[in-house]
Amino acid sequence: MEEYKFIGKSAIRVDGKEKVSGAALYTDDLEFGPDLLYAEIVEGPHAHAMILSIDTSEAEKVPEVLAVVTGKDFPYNFGLYMKDRFIFAQDRVRFFGEQIAAVVARTPQAAKKAAKLVKVSYAPLPKVLSPIDAVKKNADLIHPDLENYEHVPWFFPKPKSNIAHHRKIRKGNVDQGFKDADYVLEDTYEVPRYSHCAIEYHAAVAKYDHSGRLTVWASSQSPHTQRNLFANALAPLGLKHNDVRVIAPHVGGGFGSKAGVTMEIIAAAVAMKVQGHPVKVLWNREREFYNTYQRLGVVAKLKIGVKKDGRITALHHELFWDAGAYVEYGANVVNAVGLSAIGPYKVENASIDSYCIYTNLPPGGPYRGFGYSEFLFGLESHMDRIAKHLGIDPIEIRRRNAIKEGDLTAYGAHMNPNGLLQAIDAVEKEIKWSEKLKSSNPDIAIGKGFSLFWKAPAMPPNASSSCFLKMNEDASINLLVSGMDLGQGFLTVMAQIAAEILSVPTSKIRTENPDTDRNPYEWQTVASHITWGCGNAVKKAAIDARDQIFDLIARTNFLPKDMLYLEDEKVKCKSDPSFELALRDFVINGIQMEDGTFKGGPIIGRGSFMPEYTSTNANPETSQGGHPNVHYTVGAAAAIIEIDKQTGKVKVKKIVEAVDCGKALNPSLVDGQIVGGIMQGISTVLYEDMKFDHRGKMLNPNFTDYKIPTALDVPDEIIPIIIEVAQPDGPFGARGMGEHTMIPVAPMIANAIDNALGIRIKTMPITAEKICLEILKKEKE
Amino acid sequence: MKKISFTLNGELRYIYVAPNEGLLEVLRDKMGVKSPKCGCDSGDCGACTVILNGKTVRSCLIFAIEVDGQDILTLEGISKDGLTPLQTALNERNAYQCGYCAPGMILSVTELIKKNPHPSEHEIKESIAGNLCRCTGYKPVIDAVLEVTKKH
Repeated sequence: MEEYKFIGKSAIRVDGKEKVSGAALYTDDLEFGPDLLYAEIVEGPHAHAMILSIDTSEAEKVPEVLAVVTGKDFPYNFGLYMKDRFIFAQDRVRFFGEQIAAVVARTPQAAKKAAKLVKVSYAPLPKVLSPIDAVKKNADLIHPDLENYEHVPWFFPKPKSNIAHHRKIRKGNVDQGFKDADYVLEDTYEVPRYSHCAIEYHAAVAKYDHSGRLTVWASSQSPHTQRNLFANALAPLGLKHNDVRVIAPHVGGGFGSKAGVTMEIIAAAVAMKVQGHPVKVLWNREREFYNTYQRLGVVAKLKIGVKKDGRITALHHELFWDAGAYVEYGANVVNAVGLSAIGPYKVENASIDSYCIYTNLPPGGPYRGFGYSEFLFGLESHMDRIAKHLGIDPIEIRRRNAIKEGDLTAYGAHMNPNGLLQAIDAVEKEIKWSEKLKSSNPDIAIGKGFSLFWKAPAMPPNASSSCFLKMNEDASINLLVSGMDLGQGFLTVMAQIAAEILSVPTSKIRTENPDTDRNPYEWQTVASHITWGCGNAVKKAAIDARDQIFDLIARTNFLPKDMLYLEDEKVKCKSDPSFELALRDFVINGIQMEDGTFKGGPIIGRGSFMPEYTSTNANPETSQGGHPNVHYTVGAAAAIIEIDKQTGKVKVKKIVEAVDCGKALNPSLVDGQIVGGIMQGISTVLYEDMKFDHRGKMLNPNFTDYKIPTALDVPDEIIPIIIEVAQPDGPFGARGMGEHTMIPVAPMIANAIDNALGIRIKTMPITAEKICLEILKKEKE
Repeated sequence: MKKISFTLNGELRYIYVAPNEGLLEVLRDKMGVKSPKCGCDSGDCGACTVILNGKTVRSCLIFAIEVDGQDILTLEGISKDGLTPLQTALNERNAYQCGYCAPGMILSVTELIKKNPHPSEHEIKESIAGNLCRCTGYKPVIDAVLEVTKKH
């Protein structure tokens, strides 16, 4: 095992002091001076309707109103993977609360007053509120122009239908596999929509100045992707990419909601109509729920065949995704699951149909876990039920089927090195799986549940990262990257990587959230790829800087380059122990030679990284032939719960979770992701419950009626376990793990409930009410 | 507009406010104090917590005009003389992630340990039960508070 000085250490966050002192500034904390304007949105009160007319004349008369804009001002579509979205609704609205127009005024009060005076007349259309209805014959079309939308080559929309994409896997011989099975279990699982619930609202401020420069300050996971989408969508107004600048301050939670582009483009577009003034668009809690992305809902039909010993002979997974009104990002969730819905198992015969279905509900999009939480709820419930039927221990059946390095994934690529079996063993031991627990209180039932998880980053095959590393006079470093620290600790880990290569302590490395003018390109901070992807770019930049240092020393001190090394901010030489030179003596000002001349110059490292082995070229009928995913991160988790049989209330007592992050670059931050992810998982399965009425209006867009856990809901014990089976192409062996930690929670709680009471709940959330009704049903039987 | 005065982080301040202006917006937009955050504007999330006469309140639920002559403390006031042992413990344990809930939550704990320097785990949980956090799962915060209140 290589000994590291900075890697693998629990360094304190580089942004820690800012955050505990109150100094950290988020987008809405920034000051833009007395010329700041405020935009208010006009929303449509129909889930599906044609817009017949918009009358802005009364709104324009309100004092202090500078502009009223509508879809007519911006007849442009945009989107990350499929251009099916509009800045403001064009001829129709497709979800309740969609933006129709915006009023820009000197004060928020004037803007609000005027927004109420915008008169819109509608002709309501039949609405489609469930994916199952949306795929029925003669269902009303939500996007009649679907076939005309530009999209990435790996999407397969079905024209004249509500199916925006169908990802299809055909591997082996599924019919034969089911014939060979001793037992086949088939059932349907339902997972509804969820909201990210970052505590900070979406916020964006944009200024289009008189020189033609558009600057956008936004709470963002994706500054460069936002720049790209703004520049593309607004190109008809004369913008080039280098005219657009996105500045990203601290982000008060993302979880996917601030990836890609949603409301930020409203600020960018509106600013171009009030040239010279900064304009603020600030969302509120209600809009956070119904007009950003929501996690997609899914109805998953799952059929698995097994031999008597539990080995899987065939799997068929059919997933009907409620992707909402616009799927420019959400369709890739559907795609990712389509590729991976065999779970972390070796399955020779598999078929998967993952359908991205338009509905008249808010747009579905990226949410921590990117579809894997949703399909693993069914799959990991199913594995437990099969084990129970066969009389095999639930952990043992998973061990027998666990995917191993080199096994083929559903699309025929080789599985990466991984510690799945180590994770299973570690969790089994820590939770004391074989120990039977019984409460002394007859009203309390105790149950244990187990679940595996896996997830791959879902990215375009050419998603890339880059880094500039600038050395300063005192050998301190400015590290310029464009990943976002959303709280996961990304910037700290990047500093640790540079520190390790250059022997400069992390306390001397400054790295901050980006400005797209100054910081080099990053695709997005999503997919749990940033430690791995941007980490590789930072490592390359640090090695580049080190090479420049060694070249210079070899040239000026006539030492063999391959004998040089860095230690404690000094260059040293293996073949000449008497030699040492502090970095601060030359990294900016160079080295003076005997004749008084100087050699060298400022040391500036540069690194960029793109995974050059990924490809989405595959047969669309089978998905065989490509290599769409860079790697999978795997793990296992178990829970002990108590259920009050009188109230149905579940109390989570203990959770153990093991994740194979390849190499924990900062174990304290890895633990933080595990604990936080577990709590978010508990929240989705036990607390959160999104309600829509018959009009498609969300009924509980607030924290009073949409519950997320408080400190009083924390389990008595949470035990994070780190497994390290190195990722060959990861920085120091690291691979991502941020999203994964919440994925196993819902199925393991469902499994623990079955274990405690012998009842199986197949729809999320698992509320006390559902449990009580099942208990009553069982008592009647 | 009415002229009011109150002590903000130890300094007597004068300000003109309309009767319907909320304390949170006055602190943030008129007085430049940015640590209290808006996360729901309805008293659910606790991100706007400030200390009013020694007790935590949600500044989004109070009119600015109500604090005339009173004493208000925000995290800026707590941090004036460097980090407190509580803030240091939270920082050293990487207790926060995005940090948006931190100002409100730290004030809630500050109120608790002033009244009760050695709280139980349950008392700590209760003290921050009105501060929603989506990142941390609360546990690292609870652990840091337990550590620092055992030490001091």
